[in-house]
Amino acid sequence: MESFTLTHPAATPLAGAGRQAIVGVVASGNLEVLAERTAQPDLCVVEISTAADGFGEIWRAVILDFVERAAPGGVRFSINDGGARPDTVLLRLMQAARALQDATN
Amino acid sequence: MRRWDSARQARDARLSAASGLMRGKQVRPDDVTALLEAVIRPGDRICLEGDNQKQADFLARALVQADPAILHDLHVVQSGIVLPEHLELFEAGIATRLDFSYSGPQGAALARALDRGRIALGAIHTYSELFARYFIDLTPNVALIVARQADRHGNLYTGPNTEDTPTIVEATAFKDGIVIAQVNEIVDSLPRVDIQGDQVDVIVQSPTPFHVEPLFTRDPAAMTETQILMAMMAIKGIYAEYGVTRLNHGIGFATAAIELLLPTYTERLGLKGKIATHWALNPHPTLIPAIESGWVEQIHCFGSEVGMDEYMRARPDVFFTGHDGALRSNRMLCQNAGLYACDMFIGATLQIDLDGNSSTVTPGRIAGFGGAPNMGSDPHGRRHASPAWLKAGREASDARSGLVRGRKLVVQMVETFGDAMAPAFVETLDSLALAERLGLPLAPVMIYGDDVTHIVTEEGIANLLLCRGRDEREQAIRGVAGYTPVGRARDRGMVERLRARGIIRRPEDLGVNPLDADRSLLAARSIKDLADWSGGLYRPPSKFRNW
Amino acid sequence: MSAVASCRAASWLEASARARVAGLLDQGSFVEFLGPEQRAMSPHLRQFDLPRAFDDGVVVGRGLLGGVRVFVAAQEGRFMGGTFGEVSGAKIVGLLRAARDRAAPSPPDAVLLLLDTGGVRLQEANAGELAVSEIIRAIAELRHAGLPVIALVGGRAGAFGGGGIIAACCTALVISQHGRTSVSGPEVIETNKGVEEFDSKDRALVWRITGGRTRILSGAADRYVRDEIAAFRDAAIALAGLTPPPFACETLRAAQTRLVARRERNGACRDATELWAGDGIDEPDQVPDLTEDAFIALLSARSAQHDRR
Repeated sequence: MESFTLTHPAATPLAGAGRQAIVGVVASGNLEVLAERTAQPDLCVVEISTAADGFGEIWRAVILDFVERAAPGGVRFSINDGGARPDTVLLRLMQAARALQDATN
Repeated sequence: MRRWDSARQARDARLSAASGLMRGKQVRPDDVTALLEAVIRPGDRICLEGDNQKQADFLARALVQADPAILHDLHVVQSGIVLPEHLELFEAGIATRLDFSYSGPQGAALARALDRGRIALGAIHTYSELFARYFIDLTPNVALIVARQADRHGNLYTGPNTEDTPTIVEATAFKDGIVIAQVNEIVDSLPRVDIQGDQVDVIVQSPTPFHVEPLFTRDPAAMTETQILMAMMAIKGIYAEYGVTRLNHGIGFATAAIELLLPTYTERLGLKGKIATHWALNPHPTLIPAIESGWVEQIHCFGSEVGMDEYMRARPDVFFTGHDGALRSNRMLCQNAGLYACDMFIGATLQIDLDGNSSTVTPGRIAGFGGAPNMGSDPHGRRHASPAWLKAGREASDARSGLVRGRKLVVQMVETFGDAMAPAFVETLDSLALAERLGLPLAPVMIYGDDVTHIVTEEGIANLLLCRGRDEREQAIRGVAGYTPVGRARDRGMVERLRARGIIRRPEDLGVNPLDADRSLLAARSIKDLADWSGGLYRPPSKFRNW
Repeated sequence: MSAVASCRAASWLEASARARVAGLLDQGSFVEFLGPEQRAMSPHLRQFDLPRAFDDGVVVGRGLLGGVRVFVAAQEGRFMGGTFGEVSGAKIVGLLRAARDRAAPSPPDAVLLLLDTGGVRLQEANAGELAVSEIIRAIAELRHAGLPVIALVGGRAGAFGGGGIIAACCTALVISQHGRTSVSGPEVIETNKGVEEFDSKDRALVWRITGGRTRILSGAADRYVRDEIAAFRDAAIALAGLTPPPFACETLRAAQTRLVARRERNGACRDATELWAGDGIDEPDQVPDLTEDAFIALLSARSAQHDRR
């Protein structure tokens, strides 16, 4: 198991008013992403806890692409990862951002 | 004075050596090993019928029991090295030389046997190539084949799994070889005759029905959003773009996802009747919803699939069937059909290099080839035009002379990472190291890069037809290679320029939102759904059931 | 055609625990207790180098079911096989006790257990075993108080081990064709008794012995539904509206009598098809392959054999 936190500046806060959303399931090759609007509006924080060791560089690349695409300012994403592949990680992050945007809580 | 019938004389001598064991054409199961010792000679070429589906498994077990002092140095020429017995022949010293095509489940054991020098390997062939050599320089002396039923004259009924049998028998029986068939039962009259009795010398009723592997069943329950995304991109970016009506699919999950998106996503795109109507394809259960929805005009099959018999019997407008109602398959003819009469092959692979060469060899495993190398190659003997073929040809051509020839669409559909995070994109194929270690003159390559026209990954589609020069080709491949080391080493500026020219297309360029890639798009989400679609005619094997 | 319709309806089997809860209850009525943001995770899994889940694989909360106030617990069968661990078990125990105590602000009139579990989590087995016992006790207390506890089983993991016992302790059990209930799982039986006794790889056999159709035909389950969230909802609404049988010695004795008779009648059977043949079902071999419509018609033509509990 490895845990680390990546913080990126984000140009704009994520749209919508939802406070919290969760997508995905922790299983082999899958992950859950909890999105909470608890970061500074100009930052995106991603906390990762992963079952697959030694892929830090790929995580950094995936998170960078995600922040570029989704501009998720103000959001803390917390990940429990069961060894998902990078494309699945990116997809779940995008799903989490959309779910948070659409959430009514 | 030269004798011109020595092979015929030898055949007569062999059969008379076994005559004490035979009553008519029949031999008792217990006597089969003795019979094989009588009719096979050291150094013979033998075909022990086995491919990626059906197996002459009883005859394989009988041959392994033979005395290596009597039977040795045999040359095995058959499409599949699939049963443990196939390799035991070499361990026991009964066989020494091998020419084959596919080894699927024995891939690792075969690599070990080659490593230890137990096998003198001729070549790993494509199916069509091996069948071709049956008629030129690898003609079997003895063929051990398999069918469902025989009558006492030796006529054979193969049922839906005809597969390689007619080709093997043609090459053996008409060149003075000996044909021995194991059958599940011997009956008075057959539903239909797949092999004429005068081409069959010996029949034996096997104590157990022959094994058939359900190789082409993909459980929709295991399909991922990534595979669905790739399927959506392929449908919009290739099927619709080129208007592909005649095609072959591999057995991967992403192509199975395409099959399940035809009656749903693809139908909503208004493409019904415009694409995917005529197929060279095994009876994939995942195609049932598309067939039931009226997408499919006709399908010719290489082999059959476990559980599909009754479904196909009830759909003769779609499948090739005998007058008895059951499917008739034929691997050689279907390979030929896939090669010449299809405009597209689309399938998966395990490794792709920077030239687009693809291979399923991984360290310590030689899986051999399925249908991909033949169907995934541009047939230079083709002379009939079709819109898809011409469009691909125009894209590849600089057309200075005004003479444009078509191109077959050869699409590799691959997720950038495979099992255990193994990258699918590599600088060098593992196949090369394996060939060097084993001293193979030719590294096994499933599809050569110059035949590949498109690569589809979850990151996008690379159109290699539009690339001009090696550098563009390399960056087009890197540009869809995702987060693999090969993908991360891309020239970002050049990849963006390729994208501007439509050589690389991202989901958003195709109007596909990755967030829409959802399992609810699948026409069936389980094997049970497939059985329901078939109205209960598809009877999946037990291992795929969850009810 | 019905095949198309059944493919499009939201599948219980496919859905996550959260999606099941959302679809089962009246729209938007679910209020989660101890949600993922609380990060009540397993204290043990890290020691085994295993990933944790923010809700430890169990969703608990309250909501409305056809206007009736309910408490609900749902196991996520894909996380650690939906197993009972220290936290996931305690969440269910706590929910049931709160229901027993008619906790404000919304004291429930029924409890729904969406079981999807292989049983106790091996990595935290002691806590899991304790939780199973405490859950059984809490169910008994709820039933004694006259509250129906309804189990719903139709997920990938089924309801095995302690989950199988819990399902049997509930007021009623709703099951689909894919659902399975039993105590020892197929692999456990094969490991202990040999493949001749039970071939766990023969999936058709596994479902013939433990699956939803077998359970409804033998009376071990009370409602059989299609694999659709809406069908589970309809059955749960109907059951929550019934007055549960008195949780008293009489009910238990009657159940015991029926079970003894069933054992005498069927004790020598080797496969479910023999049970069905003995029950007078024509073509028992065809039962697993009947379409849902045909099977439901078969059920409605039979007199109920429920072990009404």
